[in-house]
Amino acid sequence: MSCVLALSLSLPAMAQEDRARFGAGPDVLLVRSTTDIGIIRPVIDAFIAANPDLSVDYEQWGSNDLFAITREACQGQGDPADAVISSAVQQMVWLVNAACAAPYRSALTAALPADRRWRDEIWGITEEPAVTVYNKRAIGGADIPRDRFALLDMMRAQPDFLRGRIATYDIQESGLGYLFAHIDSLEATTFGAMLEGFARVGAIATCCSAEIIDGVAEGRYYIAYNVLGSYIAGALSPEVGVILPEDYTLVLSRSLLIPRAARNPDGAARLLDFVLSSEGRALLAAAGLAMRADPDESGLLPSAKRAIALSPALLIAMDANRRSRLFTLWEDAFIEAATP
Amino acid sequence: MTEPRPPVSLVARVLAAVIGILVAGGLLVAGSTWFNGRQAARQAYDRILLGAANDIAESVRVQGGVPVADLPVSAFELLAQAPDDRIHYVVRGPAGTYLTGLDDTPAGPRGSGAVGPVYFDAQMQGEPARYVRVTRLFAERDFSGEVSVTVGQTLRARQAMALDLMLDALWPMLLAGIAMLVMAWFVVRGAMRPLDALSEGMTARDPYDLTPMSTEGLPRELQVMLGAVNRFMGRLDRQVDAMRNLISDTAHQLRTPVAAIRVQAETILDIPEPEPRERALARLLARTRSLGTLLDQLLSRALVIHRTDSAPRLPLDLREVALDIVERSDHELLSPGAEVRLVIGEEPVMVAADAFSVTEAGRNLLSNALKHGRAPVLIGVEGGAAEAALWVQDAGPGPDAETTARLGARFERSQSSPEDSAGLGLSIVKAVAAAFGGRMEMAQRDDGFRVSLILPALQAEDTP
Repeated sequence: MSCVLALSLSLPAMAQEDRARFGAGPDVLLVRSTTDIGIIRPVIDAFIAANPDLSVDYEQWGSNDLFAITREACQGQGDPADAVISSAVQQMVWLVNAACAAPYRSALTAALPADRRWRDEIWGITEEPAVTVYNKRAIGGADIPRDRFALLDMMRAQPDFLRGRIATYDIQESGLGYLFAHIDSLEATTFGAMLEGFARVGAIATCCSAEIIDGVAEGRYYIAYNVLGSYIAGALSPEVGVILPEDYTLVLSRSLLIPRAARNPDGAARLLDFVLSSEGRALLAAAGLAMRADPDESGLLPSAKRAIALSPALLIAMDANRRSRLFTLWEDAFIEAATP
Repeated sequence: MTEPRPPVSLVARVLAAVIGILVAGGLLVAGSTWFNGRQAARQAYDRILLGAANDIAESVRVQGGVPVADLPVSAFELLAQAPDDRIHYVVRGPAGTYLTGLDDTPAGPRGSGAVGPVYFDAQMQGEPARYVRVTRLFAERDFSGEVSVTVGQTLRARQAMALDLMLDALWPMLLAGIAMLVMAWFVVRGAMRPLDALSEGMTARDPYDLTPMSTEGLPRELQVMLGAVNRFMGRLDRQVDAMRNLISDTAHQLRTPVAAIRVQAETILDIPEPEPRERALARLLARTRSLGTLLDQLLSRALVIHRTDSAPRLPLDLREVALDIVERSDHELLSPGAEVRLVIGEEPVMVAADAFSVTEAGRNLLSNALKHGRAPVLIGVEGGAAEAALWVQDAGPGPDAETTARLGARFERSQSSPEDSAGLGLSIVKAVAAAFGGRMEMAQRDDGFRVSLILPALQAEDTP
């Protein structure tokens, strides 16, 4: 059986991290998402204002739990959501491939580029770069690692300075962290060297974007690698610098699907069309969920932008053999780091 | 109330048939292109499926005694050639143990020991899908056995490709079909144009115009039809003529004798003495008798002309006609005591004609001879190879040349003609001769004057 299912069974009870109720319309729309309520609130508020007949029951989940509960709902156990939004797009693609999603077409979905939709059953609603974050007081000037090679050189040259000061997602806990590691592993040469470097400087694998960014702001970490840029925008402190790696920057498109068993698929379709509309896009951009297409500010070359396409190729990330191989590599690097 | 359906035009019938043929052909071709398109799509996407399965099989390595698949992205990119299709893969070890994959279903047909790729169709979460299974054999120190890779894909891209191929093939055919229809329209219209012209000509025609229509430039099929119409109109024309003649003859012929009878009857009323009255009455009687003869002749002529057009022509022995005329002894009434002799041979003299008409002609010849000629009167029959004749001969010199030239026309009555002669006898003979392709002949012979009705002989072998 799949690792994910084993993981979900090992947890005594799956539970949402947070929940909120928007609006008072009689038509209730149950949205399950990995996006923090605080970040998405303006978007949902505007959606409710535009659709007063709806009220949104918004549940915030961890990505692995969200995947597990959606999958169980697809198999007929438990309540299905009306819309599922997750940043762990490989899990979303898995769900679509398992025929758990309902198709929907509109002019707005058709206008999406091909790598941001698949089978008209899953749509990428945001555009968020995976960035490197650094503490401006600790690192400055020429030392700022503009790409992965610079970061590698830095880890080789100053292992003592960086020891215990580099943080990244724990890929066992975070579906998103696993996805970034998986995509990095496909860029084989850099990935091997990065793991080696992380092992050398005793990098910290930890949970949750907010915690990592807080750590960088407070100076507990100097560098955080592969953090989702959208989490920084909301609470950007003057201490925190953001780098879009110049060799390549992964761009994630948080995806939405409408479960096949959804009770209110019309409401979910209206939510989808709203977030794809110009108003919805503007609100998402304001919330930091859409990348600013401004090369001067980001310093990102168009050729370095690697969008993570919503395609069946992401199913590889869900393969049991590949997961265990990646976990083994990861644990080797970080266990070594934990015992200096 | 149901309206009677308007008759279907020939053009509409032909075009309906053409459309029917084109539609039937189009359906056949559409079916065959759909089948071909499906075959092509199946082959193309089966190769992709096989390529992906082989890629995955190649990636299997034995590590620590266990086969492990290091899934290649290329395999999935290959499968993504069908961009909207869901996929499935599973890698199994010996005895079908699950190594990795999306989930543990479906197994498909159990391994038949075949090493080559096995294709099969199965459902993938309720959607039809195509699968392939390839088997790779390992003979390592720490692992020996087979590892099978099953890869499946739903059928959307195949169906889209089959549809595309079919439509690509059908568009030109549709255009060709329309072009053929248009051409058929013009061809049919062209072929029907003589018919249109014919019906226009018929519509525009004066209803009393019974002259033949021109068949020039008409297709053969129409010429046959128009020929029949023309023959029919000709017969109608003759019948109308005959009727018109009958009416005008009757009027012309009857007016004078009837007037004379009336005048005589009035005169008789004024005669007081019985003796002259008796004589006048006798004359009146003779006149009415002659009037009866005249009526007989008029009717018989009309009947003859009618019959020559409508009665069937049957083989007829002229000897029987002559015999019949003599045996009916009508001449006994005309000129009692006159001698009539029959001259016939042993052999039958056959013609194809209507017995009644020929008999009438013969009777008229005989009565003419009795009235105008000199006894003895002979009636006879002669047969030759090509012609046969029924003749009547008297011993007199015949009429003078001037009268002979005018004989046979209607109403030919000379001043010298007796008043009971209508002058119709020879015209009946002429009409009969003309109707059966023969002629009337008058000849002054050594032993008298002979009038013959000559008809084409019916050859012996033609008789049944």
